Amino acid sequence: MAMTIHVDVVSAEGSIFSGLCEFVALPGEAGELGILPGHAPLLTRIRPGTVRLKVPDREEELVFVAGGVLEVQASAVTVLADTAIRGRDLDEAKATEAKKKAEEAMRDQTSGLEYAQAEIELANAIAQLRAIERLRSRRR
Amino acid sequence: MAGGKEIRTKIKSVQNTQKITKAMEMVAASKMRKAQERMRAARPYGEKMRNIIGHLAHANTEYRHPFLIRRDTVKRVGLIVVTSDKGLCGGLNTNVLRLALGRIRQWESEGEEIRVTCIGNKGLGFMQRLNAQVLSHVTGLGDAPRLEKLIGPVKVMLDAYSTDELDQVFLAYTRFINTMKQEPVIEQLLPLEGKDVGARTHAWDYLYEPEAKQVLDDLLVRYTEALIYQAVAENMASEQSARMVAMKSASDNAGTVISELQLIYNKTRQAAITKEISEIVGGAAAV
Repeated sequence: MAMTIHVDVVSAEGSIFSGLCEFVALPGEAGELGILPGHAPLLTRIRPGTVRLKVPDREEELVFVAGGVLEVQASAVTVLADTAIRGRDLDEAKATEAKKKAEEAMRDQTSGLEYAQAEIELANAIAQLRAIERLRSRRR
Repeated sequence: MAGGKEIRTKIKSVQNTQKITKAMEMVAASKMRKAQERMRAARPYGEKMRNIIGHLAHANTEYRHPFLIRRDTVKRVGLIVVTSDKGLCGGLNTNVLRLALGRIRQWESEGEEIRVTCIGNKGLGFMQRLNAQVLSHVTGLGDAPRLEKLIGPVKVMLDAYSTDELDQVFLAYTRFINTMKQEPVIEQLLPLEGKDVGARTHAWDYLYEPEAKQVLDDLLVRYTEALIYQAVAENMASEQSARMVAMKSASDNAGTVISELQLIYNKTRQAAITKEISEIVGGAAAV
């Protein structure tokens, strides 16, 4: 049997692949990387792309990753995959959007969520009052 | 005593409520299982990352990331509150918000400024009523939390920390212990505590591409996000199990109410029959 290396591909939302492989190929930040058992310890960022995993006696497995970090130790390879495509600009855009949303919510607190809730409560109260009045008039 | 028909209507309405609570209980039970799986699935990522960060932090002592540095004076505090979007889950949100409120009052009395990030509708409503400074919020996460939705709002908080607008960031959520027990907790998120980054065990170092500093920067942001994601996943598992328990007790209570009402109904019915018989007998005797 050929030499194997333990490979884990994990993301924040769950484990994607875990098992022994003969060979792993993936898109590193500085270029395509091929890792065989006994590779020197390495830590690098990876770009969005496909991770090819050569599993013994089986077909090659392909896993798509949206970037992340690769850690290589002599006996184990860990791919910490991102679940979303990341980029400085993209993250920044998301953050500004979130900030804007929060500011808007701050500015018109009375409208939006609170207002809708108050409206429902008011409608309920009015309906109850009406029902009570109707009951009273019927009793008389 | 109330008439027989009124009691029957009342029984019917309680039965309808019971049907709803039973259905909700079953829905929550099945969602809870999935939420727990999701919570467990998220764990390996954080653990793997913690190992690498521990190694990096000890191997590169000359570079200290702001996330790892403890600040001497704490003037402004950030709080990330994780709650559920929907209610009907017992005291889950109330407990965590009460704990958060206690902490906020304490910080206020110490003269610290507070900024809040809300994950989940209930916390957002609470913080707005409190007139807290909400930096960012995210609602409507659904049943399966997506990291993608959290990145933006969390980045606002992390950026505020990086640019010295905040000196400490805390995370409040409900920790899942088991189906019957959930515990509200407030944990320090930033700066990352020493126990989070484990001790260095080996005297070797990685090759870095491109540079140790950049990789460490990336890793720390992702690690922090992973911690928050984990908290959200735990909160969701807690929410579903709390809802299941709450709905179960609601169904049980409805059962008790129904049997009590049934007893009253039977008694009134019996009383009416007895009255009728005695009237007939009385009438017959009079004739």
